[in-house]
Amino acid sequence: MVRVGVLALQGAFREHLLMLGSLGAEARKVTRPQHLDGLDAIVLPGGESTAMVRIASGTDLFAHLRERIAHGLPVFGTCAGLILLADRLSDDSLGGYERLGGLDITVARNAYGRQGESFTAGLSVEGCDSSFKGTFIRAPQIIDFAPGTEVLARHEDRPVFVRQGNVWGASFHPELGGDLRIHAEFLRNVTATVTTPAAAVLPRSGAARGSLRGRLRPAVPVPGS
Amino acid sequence: MTETQTLLNTGLAQMFKGGVIMDVVTEEQARIAEAAGASAVMALERVPADIRAQGGVARMSDPDLIDSIVGAVSIPVMAKARIGHFVEAQILETLGVDYIDESEVLSPADYVNHIDKSVFQVPFVCGATNLGEALRRITEGASMIRSKGEAGTGDVSEAMRHLRTINAEIRALTAKSEDELYVAAKEIAAPYHLVKQVASLGRLPVVTFVAGGIATPADAAMMMQLGADGVFVGSGIFKSGNPEARAKAIVEATTHFDDATAVAKASRGLGDAMVGINVADVPAPHRLAERGW
Repeated sequence: MVRVGVLALQGAFREHLLMLGSLGAEARKVTRPQHLDGLDAIVLPGGESTAMVRIASGTDLFAHLRERIAHGLPVFGTCAGLILLADRLSDDSLGGYERLGGLDITVARNAYGRQGESFTAGLSVEGCDSSFKGTFIRAPQIIDFAPGTEVLARHEDRPVFVRQGNVWGASFHPELGGDLRIHAEFLRNVTATVTTPAAAVLPRSGAARGSLRGRLRPAVPVPGS
Repeated sequence: MTETQTLLNTGLAQMFKGGVIMDVVTEEQARIAEAAGASAVMALERVPADIRAQGGVARMSDPDLIDSIVGAVSIPVMAKARIGHFVEAQILETLGVDYIDESEVLSPADYVNHIDKSVFQVPFVCGATNLGEALRRITEGASMIRSKGEAGTGDVSEAMRHLRTINAEIRALTAKSEDELYVAAKEIAAPYHLVKQVASLGRLPVVTFVAGGIATPADAAMMMQLGADGVFVGSGIFKSGNPEARAKAIVEATTHFDDATAVAKASRGLGDAMVGINVADVPAPHRLAERGW
């Protein structure tokens, strides 16, 4: 079974845990460096990036995490998680606080606006055969990216979902809305890189959509529905 | 409310989880809260302890104050409207606040109706003392629920009572057969479809925080251990001896709520906690938790 950690300093970590668990991964919370032991991948959830960097400051969690990502640990950051992974921010609002880096991109925090400007958009996502409803909440914007970056989805000509090797980042929240396809795609890639045969638990692409969405319903409550 | 609006409004609340939302009355306090790792701030003119001490009618804050706090921090900003005061809510929506708290801490504007929150785009959080009240607020369009507690006292016992009541009522629903849920809905005066949803989820369908009387890292960790998604701290921070240290410590204890060693460490060297008032010593007409229904 693939073991995936979800950074649980603050934010929507429970949603990622539920989704990963319903896809057959062993998902666990990460708040301390020792929780990284034995992980095959890690997810950095949405939430408040300011809160996360401040809670992490004064601990060696980010140093350990950065080292593992540099050694190839697959990582997927969503919204605030994308901000943690960006090598550069457009402003100094997190100045003085350690982040992770790993994605050679520049991100502008809250560039899609305050809550009044939050929106959903149908996205054409690499690897998904039909539109994915992306939820953008006070979302960060990718304003610059290194050549060679795989752009997995765009919104109004800007990349909103990118990948550089083992590092994945999305400016929206695939953990909200109940569509498991992006998590399934990430896990398929993790499974492909994990050498233990026991890790091969996920169905191949195509089979995922119908069956996994069906399975999701009882497992992941969609708030307010 | 459209399905998309519900997703956006409940979704922002998901982002607050595992975090601390702090009352602030100045830009400087807002920056201290942000630097301590608050997941949002509540902008207001007087913290509940001062509203309680000074008395009089408490209303929505001056838009200039809210603008200044919105401009001072990069984290979400909430503001309070009076119960039933839909024009205060309209004003707050035009100011671009990220969440409105329809709050019993202010003087109610309507003793019959709450705000019809479903007609707004901006999300609302509302207080509740029991499950029926929480579900009635969700029916009206609230996207997030908090316990009422007894604001401005530094006494956590009322918040505890409300959270335990809600949790116990949810557990009781999950034990009922489907045909018993109709009467259960009638008894708690809540819509059947929400009662059925709660019975199947085993929790409220929206993010649930605790508020009212939280003053120490231990208070925050206790609420998290009881299943709260996060905590509001009102007077407890800026009415204490060392707000910066206490704000950081409460954030730390909320993240590591199940690690007593970490909560113990966070509890050291914080200076004086807010003095506080025992809820039992607050005369009934001055109890804020009894506002709303």
